[in-house]
Amino acid sequence: MNLHEYQSKSLLATAGVPVPTGKPAFSVSEALAVAEELGGEDWIVKAQVHAGGRGKAGGVKPVHGRESLEQVVDQLLGTRLVTAQTGADGQPVDRLLIESPVAIEHEYYLASLVDRSLGRMVFVASAEGGMDIEEVAARTPEKILRAVVDPVAGLQAYQCREFAFALGLHGTQVGALTRIMLAIHGLFQQRDLSLVEINPLARTADGGLLALDAKINVDDNAVFRQKQIEEWRDPTQEDAKEHKAHQFGLNYVALDGEIGCMVNGAGLAMATMDLIQLHGGSPANFLDVGGGTTTDKVAEALKIILSDAKVKAILVNIFGGIVRCDLIAEGIIAAVRDVGISIPVVVRLEGTNADRGRELLEQSGLAIVAATGLADAAAKVVAASQGVQQ
Amino acid sequence: MSILVDRNTKVICQGFTGKQGSFHSEQALAYGTQLVGGVTPGKGGQTHLDRPVFDTVRAAVSETAADASMIYVPAAFAADSILEAAAAGIRVIVCITEGIPVLDMLKVKVALAHHDAVLIGPNCPGIITPGECKIGIMPGAIHRPGRIGIVSRSGTLTYEAVNQTSESGLGQSTCVGIGGDPIHGLGFIDCLRAFEDDPQTEGIIMVGEIGGEAEEAAAAYIRDHVSKPVVAYIAGVTAPRGKRMGHAGAVIAGGKGTAEEKYRALESAGVHTVRSPAEMGARMRQVLG
Repeated sequence: MNLHEYQSKSLLATAGVPVPTGKPAFSVSEALAVAEELGGEDWIVKAQVHAGGRGKAGGVKPVHGRESLEQVVDQLLGTRLVTAQTGADGQPVDRLLIESPVAIEHEYYLASLVDRSLGRMVFVASAEGGMDIEEVAARTPEKILRAVVDPVAGLQAYQCREFAFALGLHGTQVGALTRIMLAIHGLFQQRDLSLVEINPLARTADGGLLALDAKINVDDNAVFRQKQIEEWRDPTQEDAKEHKAHQFGLNYVALDGEIGCMVNGAGLAMATMDLIQLHGGSPANFLDVGGGTTTDKVAEALKIILSDAKVKAILVNIFGGIVRCDLIAEGIIAAVRDVGISIPVVVRLEGTNADRGRELLEQSGLAIVAATGLADAAAKVVAASQGVQQ
Repeated sequence: MSILVDRNTKVICQGFTGKQGSFHSEQALAYGTQLVGGVTPGKGGQTHLDRPVFDTVRAAVSETAADASMIYVPAAFAADSILEAAAAGIRVIVCITEGIPVLDMLKVKVALAHHDAVLIGPNCPGIITPGECKIGIMPGAIHRPGRIGIVSRSGTLTYEAVNQTSESGLGQSTCVGIGGDPIHGLGFIDCLRAFEDDPQTEGIIMVGEIGGEAEEAAAAYIRDHVSKPVVAYIAGVTAPRGKRMGHAGAVIAGGKGTAEEKYRALESAGVHTVRSPAEMGARMRQVLG
């Protein structure tokens, strides 16, 4: 689960990490009130969306004076921000972070995450923050510092000092970085985080360190025990179809192709997408109906797929282990009758009660194409989608 | 022969009397697994599915001499269950539960280092030695005793590999679903080593996924240590970068862990790769001649 920048910064501030003074605003009047409270005549207006690359996309703007603030806030609110990390439609901007500007001398990169191959929490830092860290890592891997956290002993102060000296910090900055890293480590553990990224970590004109931007991800598996954070979920930042799928316990990711997919199991769902591409088609989505599938869930899944106007044919690929294929067949039949599907549906059922499932589909009298294997299913659905195109 | 479990393996179920635990325990019994009892705290002394229920894993082990456990407890309590099994001396711990918090698994991994136990999963279909022992949620009927060892990160894709090797008459020695979570127990290399040492296994099918670097590490291991033919398929060629595909592990981080990179590593290690998940069985048939 992603947090907004202002939410991330409030978590960091509570843990003792210095952040710029600022507050979120949902309207022009709120923005003016925040500016008043912050004082001065200069502010930074930052669009709050779940995506990086905001600066280049015009989502971060320095303003001078109330009039300019009012104009910029009015311009940004209610729009969709398209960045290098969003889709072509962008992300809706319904809130802004208004901050006081900070005089910056240098920009560092600092992040903490779980390294899956090590099975350990790690810290990563670079003296070259502010730009795309992936580029730095690819071009000059020696400029990326790494520290592995012992899961029993936790992050040690010496590891922070090693980072500080390697980053070229000195004097009180060494202690400042140590406090920031230890605070992040504590937050990570207490709040079940999966990523804390501070880019840039700024060295200010007065020599202090401060989190100028912040991105925090929370472990989806642990949200159940992080009630306060769960309340921060912003469904407007999620794809509407993905959000609806989530409510029905379906795992859906929207893609750009023309063949809708409904599959059980994430691995088989990805494999089905691959197979469609191998046969010359393009998948419109990833959809895993999961293990404990019911007739209703199948019907909802089909409706979500059909709400995508690009879809020209649908492939249902089920290998029933726990899922019974006759139940899947009933769900398909109910959904086809209910929503009146006018595009071709290819169904491949395998596993528990597959014969009974196929029988039900045949007897339904509906225009459902039965497939006999993985490759056959992909070939048939690609042909069907192209038939519609012509 | 087989790896890790066989007809002599004595299995208990943690979360025995729950809905999932009951259903899959029934299936395991019907398959012929030596399920000798189960654990549900507070229900010790009762009988469920004609098997004794115990309050603790320790009591279950001392009464039944069980050496394997399958775990169906909810995610919030699964880490505790894994460590309870390890402390009680269980040799093979199979955790089916999905959605365990990552930080819980980090601690479990460290604590397990002090035990001899092998953890399979979490978030996995389990392990089966066809005709002998089924521990997990896989449909038993598609398996045939035979020559191929299967190791996979994905549940339903394991079933595809099983189905294809059954239909082509090869059958399976043992099938292990290692699970799709970022932090998990047994890995590809552990299974490859065991299959290499198992005389019944003549070929190995490995099913990977985008994300992480486990397949790359497995490729290096195969090049140096595996003499038996390996057929591999990697799911997720079409997955868009940075999008989450259901398994916490299936995230492409910084351009690493793409399907193409994994295919390259495997091919340079002499692995027979297939680009279509429909061709795993046929390719193995062809390789074995």
